[in-house]
Amino acid sequence: MTDTTEKVARPNVAASAVRKAKAPRKVRLWRGLTPWLFLAAPLVLLITFTYAPVANMVAYSFTDWDGVSPELSYTGAENYVELFTRPELFEVFFVSGYYLAASVVQIIAALYFATILSFNVRFRNFFKGVLFFPYLINGVAIGFVFLYFFQDGGTLDSVLSLFGVDSDRAWLGTPVSANVSLAGVSVWRYMGLNFVLFLGAIQSIPGELYEAAELDGANRWQQFRHIIAPGIRPVLSLTVILSVSGSLAAFEVPFIMTGGATGTETFVIQTVKLAFQFNKTGLASAAAVVLLLIILAVTWVQRRLVPDDKVDLV
Amino acid sequence: MNRRTKLAGPLLAAALLAAGCTGSGGTSKGADAKAPVDADKVSGTITVLTHRTDLVQDGTMKKYAAEFNKTYPKVKVEFDALTDYEGEVKIRMNTENYGDVLMIPAVIKKNDYPKFFASLGTQAERSEKYHFTDFTTVDGKVYGQSPMGALPGFIYNKRVWKEAGITEWPTTPAQFIDGLKAIKAKTDAIPYYTNFKDMWPLTNWTYVDGAVSCDTRATTRLAEGDPWAEGEDLRVGDTLLYDIVRGGLIEKDPTTTNWEGSKPELAKGDIATMWLGSWAITQFRAAAEQAGSNPDDVGFMPFPAQQDGKFCATMSPDYNQAVNINSDHKDAARAWIDWFTDKSGYADDNLTLSPVKGAPLPEVLKPYEDADVKIIELDDAKGGAVKEIDNQSEVGIYKPDYRQDLVDLARGARKGSLDDFLGDLGERWEEARKSSGS
Repeated sequence: MTDTTEKVARPNVAASAVRKAKAPRKVRLWRGLTPWLFLAAPLVLLITFTYAPVANMVAYSFTDWDGVSPELSYTGAENYVELFTRPELFEVFFVSGYYLAASVVQIIAALYFATILSFNVRFRNFFKGVLFFPYLINGVAIGFVFLYFFQDGGTLDSVLSLFGVDSDRAWLGTPVSANVSLAGVSVWRYMGLNFVLFLGAIQSIPGELYEAAELDGANRWQQFRHIIAPGIRPVLSLTVILSVSGSLAAFEVPFIMTGGATGTETFVIQTVKLAFQFNKTGLASAAAVVLLLIILAVTWVQRRLVPDDKVDLV
Repeated sequence: MNRRTKLAGPLLAAALLAAGCTGSGGTSKGADAKAPVDADKVSGTITVLTHRTDLVQDGTMKKYAAEFNKTYPKVKVEFDALTDYEGEVKIRMNTENYGDVLMIPAVIKKNDYPKFFASLGTQAERSEKYHFTDFTTVDGKVYGQSPMGALPGFIYNKRVWKEAGITEWPTTPAQFIDGLKAIKAKTDAIPYYTNFKDMWPLTNWTYVDGAVSCDTRATTRLAEGDPWAEGEDLRVGDTLLYDIVRGGLIEKDPTTTNWEGSKPELAKGDIATMWLGSWAITQFRAAAEQAGSNPDDVGFMPFPAQQDGKFCATMSPDYNQAVNINSDHKDAARAWIDWFTDKSGYADDNLTLSPVKGAPLPEVLKPYEDADVKIIELDDAKGGAVKEIDNQSEVGIYKPDYRQDLVDLARGARKGSLDDFLGDLGERWEEARKSSGS
């Protein structure tokens, strides 16, 4: 595939270079403009739906807007000062610890399944589907499904009782149990995505390498250790970044299932409550900006600690 | 790198430009929606935003509109039912396009009413005829009118309470707890259902305010002092909730409760009691009919507290209907509100109190009449200030969070004592109150 495109592409490049020198001004202008015309649609969408709202949010974070009032006044850095002088607003990050721990489990499990299914296993496509399926379900639906799952006498309890375990506990009843349960749901939900990323990376490793390794007498663990692991490092580090920012910004599942009750409030839930319950849109915008900065900082530190080297397997 | 910065410049500029365009809407201020004199001359199409998705779906609202057209033949009424009423209307109100008639969302500050709504008249004139005028009064002018009123109280299953041997309404919180204990001991029913997971039912506990002290100035007192000081209404209410949960008199797992499912359960007698309001009676009766049990089992009782040997219940408005200040058909919109309040029979149909002064109590509240319950209307002059303090302090008496924390505290999922918890709420409240200077 790559071969053919290159063959076609090369003479073209040469030809256009020759023509370029001779082309009249108007044609040159058009040629310069063409890529921008193609880019216009995505750029307009990107600006309208991503950058403009972010710019708006940053602007609101310097005001005392309540979300509806036609009047808003500029308050300078007051919101940020309030944010940083109220340590209890940052205590909710302890909850992110549960999700962080869960994402370790999630990455290991995803890696395990991706490795196994990259070898020739019976029904591998079926299992791939099974593992990826949860990621396709809408987060709100997942929230409701798992609400029934954890209910007293719900799915989890009845499955456990099939195995003779009579757990008479409220899964969402105490902060620890509730957070572990919610983190479990998020593992179930996002493992599929990690799995697919890993699987893609693993399959892009040339097959000859395994063959050669097998000939040299390497077993499956050694193949993983010396071929797969280094081969998927960039994807692995990307996944770790996504997991860290995901656990800092956990929202959907806890918001729908518990609404932040019983010590399951995350930073984003808290921000939503500030904005939409207490009508402190300005303060909430500031909190969102701070969360963005925290995630950027964490990513930066991580890239510093584990630089993204170019992988060269051969 | 150079190329990237080149691109980032215009991108940022475009973003800021677009952001600039999205400022908030008009700042027109002060308009009146006068009642039309001649019904035949009123014309136009008006859109009514409503939270009653159920009534729009089953055609009830259409019937009201048809009835309305008999008096105002040239007005066409259209309904726009919103499931997430608060959330959607709040966002629409950033523009000028939020219907002609709408229910005033709770998030709008009272002082902002003149910017969003056309006035319906002066308070002096309207309060002679209607209840609840001071809930929407700003500077002597009224901006909304609730089409019905409700009383907070306990919905209970009469049969279950009788089986437990209790036939008289408890008159003190302690008696009430004893009643729940008897239900737990003698029947299979859950004595009290918190609706913890669905959150909003918990906020009803705030409407205990005024029912304990029987003081029409209860709302003003919230704005003037610590609501959780010894003997204050909210403290009495929250302590009762705490004791109910503490005594193990609630459902087994509050974190997975289900509001829709709880209605037939109460109707059938699997649940004995819930703190809600008189507006809920119809829903529970309907649930009883659907579940095949006796609708008459659904009873309603006041908060267990008496002043001078009498129970007290506070009358509070539902959503207040208002006219959009940007509406092109203010007279038609005004005509709809007046007709809906006075003549539609909406309050009767919902078995609630009529907002028109002097109207008789609905039939479901007959027991209240028999027991001579004193029905008072709270003075809401300080209502705006209370909401301000509530938001400023992030306590949230009209939000479910602190009650959820209270329930967690009572069932041991959260550390601390009740006194410290309520003390902390009071402290935050006082701090916000002093800084807002009311």
